[in-house]
Amino acid sequence: MSALGSTQSADALHRQTQAPLRRRRLAECAAAYALAGPAVLLLFVLFLVPVIAVFVIALTDWQFGARTLSFVGIANFREAFADQGFRTSLLNTVFYVLVVVPCTVIFGLAIAVLIESGQSLRALYRAVHFLPFMATLAAMAIAWEALLHPTIGLVNQTFSALELPTTNWLRNEATALPVLAVIGIWQNLGFAMILFLAGLKSIPSELYDAAEIDGADHWLDRLRTVTLPMLGPVSMFVVVVVALRAFQAFDTVKVLTQGGPGHASDVLLYTLYRESFEYLRTGYGAAVAVVFLVIVVALTLIQARVLDKKVHYQ
Amino acid sequence: MSARLSAPAAILRHAVLLITASLVLLPFVWMVSLSLKPPGEIFREHFSFLPEQWYALQNYSKALTSAPLPRYMGNGVLVCAAILTLQILTCAPCAYALAKLRFPGRDVLFSLVLIGLLLPHQVLSLPLFILCYELGILNTYAALIFPYVVSPFGIFLFRQAFKTIPDDVVHAARLDGLSEWTIVWKVMLPMALPAMIAFSIFSVVGHWNDLFWPLIAVRSESLMPPPLGIIAFANQEAGNDYGPLMAASTIVVLPLVLAFLAAQKWFVEGMTGGAVK
Repeated sequence: MSALGSTQSADALHRQTQAPLRRRRLAECAAAYALAGPAVLLLFVLFLVPVIAVFVIALTDWQFGARTLSFVGIANFREAFADQGFRTSLLNTVFYVLVVVPCTVIFGLAIAVLIESGQSLRALYRAVHFLPFMATLAAMAIAWEALLHPTIGLVNQTFSALELPTTNWLRNEATALPVLAVIGIWQNLGFAMILFLAGLKSIPSELYDAAEIDGADHWLDRLRTVTLPMLGPVSMFVVVVVALRAFQAFDTVKVLTQGGPGHASDVLLYTLYRESFEYLRTGYGAAVAVVFLVIVVALTLIQARVLDKKVHYQ
Repeated sequence: MSARLSAPAAILRHAVLLITASLVLLPFVWMVSLSLKPPGEIFREHFSFLPEQWYALQNYSKALTSAPLPRYMGNGVLVCAAILTLQILTCAPCAYALAKLRFPGRDVLFSLVLIGLLLPHQVLSLPLFILCYELGILNTYAALIFPYVVSPFGIFLFRQAFKTIPDDVVHAARLDGLSEWTIVWKVMLPMALPAMIAFSIFSVVGHWNDLFWPLIAVRSESLMPPPLGIIAFANQEAGNDYGPLMAASTIVVLPLVLAFLAAQKWFVEGMTGGAVK
């Protein structure tokens, strides 16, 4: 009897809790949609629809303001890759990235190791080297222009005092892009340094003790046997992140050279800007955007793969 | 690496770092140096870092009066503040839903956020330009703000931070009768303060320094944020009046540099968090 009674009441209890539970689930869903709704809508309008639109526009001959458009297939891409200007821009971007990435990573690593190898003035050195990364690049580009001025700039004054060759750095076809690359290295150096400093801090000190017991007395031995191997994954990550930033170089080109002289310092993002918004060649500009997107997304996916191997999300 | 450097090694460390530090600082020093000099000294063949005749007052007052520099700075503050406020308003509730609530479509929504994270914003500029044109907001503050009112990175960062807060906290808040909306603002966000500070710095630095989108979105000088304004100023002066131009550049760079020096740890976190997380 008592057993029967308890099953009955358990059933009743079950029925009683089931309904509120379902109601709570529904309420939770409603709350979630209400809370996430605005963000979802905006993600659609500002990210998803635009990125689809870029692909669609890239397949048309549309010019901004025109009332009609027709689909031209991959004609814009064919035109771009046949265009000497675009090919130069693509090659320049690759050159820029291939100069900026290794130099930034190597100098960033060297500076991080040097800072971490001693105690004194750590914070000062870290702050100074990081400064360019957050300073407004458009304004700093103007400072660089003064530094590189053919007659009154410090660079040419120093070079001629040392009897080194001087030139009008930003107006010379041979030097414009390398100079922009130097500015790129200057800007991103501190970023690489900070990432490496974080990597260095995560190396357990027991490893250094163990290396010392094994006879790695000299700091160079410890660097070779412990520090550099332990920084392997971080280094790969820094390479990709700096490459992503280098591919997106724009401000210095816009302020200092406008892609010139000729196409000597044209880079992808600047071509994208000029074709889309100065020449209003919308379809062609969208095609350039697609090429740019493919490169950047490929790099980001590599980064995600690298990250997956060493970081676990909760 | 432990700090047991011999004296020569320690000296070498300082020597190398002092050289690299001076090279890194050179553009800043040169900019400030020119901003203190009269035209006669700027265009002289030999150089010194300090002026013989101090001309700072003339240069800085010309920078502040001949170009609408205070206006540019004000625009920068307004645009950055509006973007950050709206981003937090849209991202925090969405992140809470993703982190703590169960609902159909949650994984789809998170994928949407990750796609947003993946896209370089410049690629979207053309459709966003068309959108702003259709909305009739080109060349207004709205054009500078609207494309950034939601941040996939913000949602991602807040979601990560909210996930570390125990579910019991949410249950307790519900038992206290708090609505979900109140829980987001009164419980979750205060507990995720470090993430919010890091995101704020990331957002403000990014938008204060952004040149690409403002270049597309606005034409009127009265709407220009600092990076665009400084270029307009440089073009007007045609490079003849270096003193005021360098003074203007210094003024544009200064707020973030000062903020950085005051809160280094937070800046480093905010600006590398995106890469490390």
